[in-house]
Amino acid sequence: MLTLLFDGIAYGMLLFVLALGLAVTMGLMNFINLAHGAFAMAGGYILVLMMQKAGWPFLACLPVAFAGTALLGAVLERTIYRPMYGKPHLDQVLFSIGLTFMAVAAVDYAMGSSQQNVQLPEWLRQRFEFGSGPWMLGMGAYRLFIVVSCVALALGLQAILSRTRFGSRLRAAVDDPRVAAGLGLPVDRIFLLTFAVGSGLAGLGGALGADILGVEPTFPLKFMVYFLIVCAVGGTSSITGPLVAALVLGIADVMGKYYAPKLGAFIVYVLMIAILLWRPQGLFTREAGK
Amino acid sequence: MSAAARLLAPSRWRVWEYALWAAIWATPLLFGQHAALINEIAILALFALSLDLILGYAGIVSLGHAAFFGVGAYGAALFAKHVMPDPLVGLAVGTALAALLGLLTSPMIVRGTDLTRLMVTMGVALVLLELANKFDSITGGTDGLQGVVMGPLLGQFEFDLGARVASFYSVAVLFVAFLLLRRIVHSPLGISLQALRDNRLRVMALGMSVQGRLAAVYTLAAAWAGAAGALLAQTTGFASLDVLEFHRSADVMLALIIGGAGWLWGGLIGAIAFKLMHDILSAFTPQYWTFWIGLFLVLLMLVGRERLFRPATWFKRGGSP
Amino acid sequence: MSAVVLETRQLVKRFGGITATDKVSLTITQGARHALIGPNGAGKTTLINQLTGVLPPSEGQVLLRGQDITTLAPHKRVALGLVRTFQINQLFATLTPLQSLALAVSSRRNAAQRWWRPLGHDADIAVECEQLLQQFRLAEHADRLTRELPYGKRRLLEIALAVAQKPSVLLLDEPAAGVPGAERQDILDTVSALPADVSVVLIEHDMDLVFSFATRMTVLVNGAVLTEGTPDEIANDDRVRAVYLGDTQLQNHG
Repeated sequence: MLTLLFDGIAYGMLLFVLALGLAVTMGLMNFINLAHGAFAMAGGYILVLMMQKAGWPFLACLPVAFAGTALLGAVLERTIYRPMYGKPHLDQVLFSIGLTFMAVAAVDYAMGSSQQNVQLPEWLRQRFEFGSGPWMLGMGAYRLFIVVSCVALALGLQAILSRTRFGSRLRAAVDDPRVAAGLGLPVDRIFLLTFAVGSGLAGLGGALGADILGVEPTFPLKFMVYFLIVCAVGGTSSITGPLVAALVLGIADVMGKYYAPKLGAFIVYVLMIAILLWRPQGLFTREAGK
Repeated sequence: MSAAARLLAPSRWRVWEYALWAAIWATPLLFGQHAALINEIAILALFALSLDLILGYAGIVSLGHAAFFGVGAYGAALFAKHVMPDPLVGLAVGTALAALLGLLTSPMIVRGTDLTRLMVTMGVALVLLELANKFDSITGGTDGLQGVVMGPLLGQFEFDLGARVASFYSVAVLFVAFLLLRRIVHSPLGISLQALRDNRLRVMALGMSVQGRLAAVYTLAAAWAGAAGALLAQTTGFASLDVLEFHRSADVMLALIIGGAGWLWGGLIGAIAFKLMHDILSAFTPQYWTFWIGLFLVLLMLVGRERLFRPATWFKRGGSP
Repeated sequence: MSAVVLETRQLVKRFGGITATDKVSLTITQGARHALIGPNGAGKTTLINQLTGVLPPSEGQVLLRGQDITTLAPHKRVALGLVRTFQINQLFATLTPLQSLALAVSSRRNAAQRWWRPLGHDADIAVECEQLLQQFRLAEHADRLTRELPYGKRRLLEIALAVAQKPSVLLLDEPAAGVPGAERQDILDTVSALPADVSVVLIEHDMDLVFSFATRMTVLVNGAVLTEGTPDEIANDDRVRAVYLGDTQLQNHG
């Protein structure tokens, strides 16, 4: 059971990193981007391509996945996302669904529709065990690596947000973009940078978690609901909100699938609906949104 | 013109509306060989019409409208299989079940942000999908519910393999729904729904109950979506998990957007356009037609939904809905 | 002594560490022409929001004709005759003034949930709308979409919608705000022409309007009532002057 808990935490941390970009985009630009999963998918495919075609080691591919997806995000933000800010949410939803369809079909065409094989390096395939019997804690090195990296990322991001100038500008812009712009903050550039980093994080998450989540064309559709749950339940105005939501979701999902495989994802969805009914603004947001 | 006359003007039937309906009624007669396609279009149009009520008129963004479609479909199919095969009674049952689900879930969509509503509506559809999957002894699971044999319509017209009776049946139900919704949309209730979409705060400040209205319109929309689902199950003799899946919700939304949300004809025109687009694109690229649909969506949203029918405005800047 | 129609008792509203409404006890009598003034940020709109039920108070009570309505839903207060206008226009962008007024009148007559007959079927409602359009000088704009109207006309529509409710207590939140010169007079005329039996609470910064209209004034500063009295008393009150830092407008009325 402890092993399950650990696996759930690892899954949750992964979801957190994946969904964080989406949460910030929503909180900052008030933009519902259902295509976020496509960036994660891109990261996974970059990893696979680099490992298989260029023979790079797993670890080295991770920063490339981040950078590549961040670049993609930056380009798309500047060109097609920007005109969509301020449009009604419905338009944004349809727009991003359209992008997702395009991404899924394009990847299917280019790479085939089957799961890509990810060869984890030796050192990540080890397994550590502590204790015995029902309280045994088994930690795969891979999942351990995921947890450690994600925690490091979370801490690093928190530090950037609270200690750097960019961080305070970002927080100001999230609180009130109009006032921030009125104060002379380069809101456009903040948006661009944030969107790029958010997409990059998604790509990194997709690459990091490639073995758990899978790398295939339908990835964005499969996982989009999970990202949205993290954002809706965790709220979009903090880092801790999505973190807790992601952890709860990860643990609930892993445990649910083990203890009650008949019910499967049912539990997760019911839980989400219940939470949203109880607190429509999410568990951690301060005030009502639009 | 007096104030009364000016208020009544939008509710009067235009000549082209009569003409279009005459044409619609004529299609099953004239194009009998395409009856199956006509049937599908009529069902999608009804589904889109029901979505228009909440999306176009009340402004609720829902990505889970398939929940009601699916409940209607399974409800009617199971009713025909286990209780009685009369189509009209089955239709009523499917519609009623979907309406009940709508009523039960309406409190969920009143509060919260657009994102919350999106999630909750999707969530309900996902939960139902899971339930249908788990209770596969009843629903047939991934194989679907087979062998739904319908009795004759009105005791007289047997459903034929060529789908001719089916197409008339669906068009008739669509017509009734259209008439009913048309009345509602131009009534004080309907105008108050538009007002709700424009400014919820003001609606409250005028003494009208927001919650009650949303519940009523959501239930009604659910009912008609259920009717569409029931029609599908009855006319194809089959119901599968597909009726609850996300792509159903996405497809109907796309159809409605193409035709234009917020005016009743949008659902009908959009359904026709969508089906034709789908068939044409599938013929060219059976595997990748979603790419072109996606591209179409992206371009449409960039240009602006309301400018679709005014090409002169495509390259102008600005312009808000 | 006239009957009290609207009353607050020790009303308090806190947002986290900020006290936006600080033990406000307000009394509005029948037929009042009561002005609520104070510098920006004094909490006037917050107070109105609590009176109308949009914002729940942290402490205290709101009473309408002796009935405790502190927790009553906003739309139910309207049914009891408590109506407001908004500082920022809250209109229906895609409806015409005629349709908006028809809806407002229908709502008052409990006919806004009818779904079988079209809007406009009821001749009485249509006639009432015509009267309102005339009264608020909106007749020639009656069939244009609200979002296409000039600002001054939209402000008039904002007030017209409230008056269509036949309120017994009317709360006007800065009705003349931002209205350009010519149409300003329309607003002033409209406000003065309100029926005598309607009790009016007016929030305004325009001192001309306030002093020509009000028979009683309350000064709100930092969420609390500074003082209350007749316009003469207020204009000559040193504390009020200090708050407005020698506002020439206030001086002219002293």
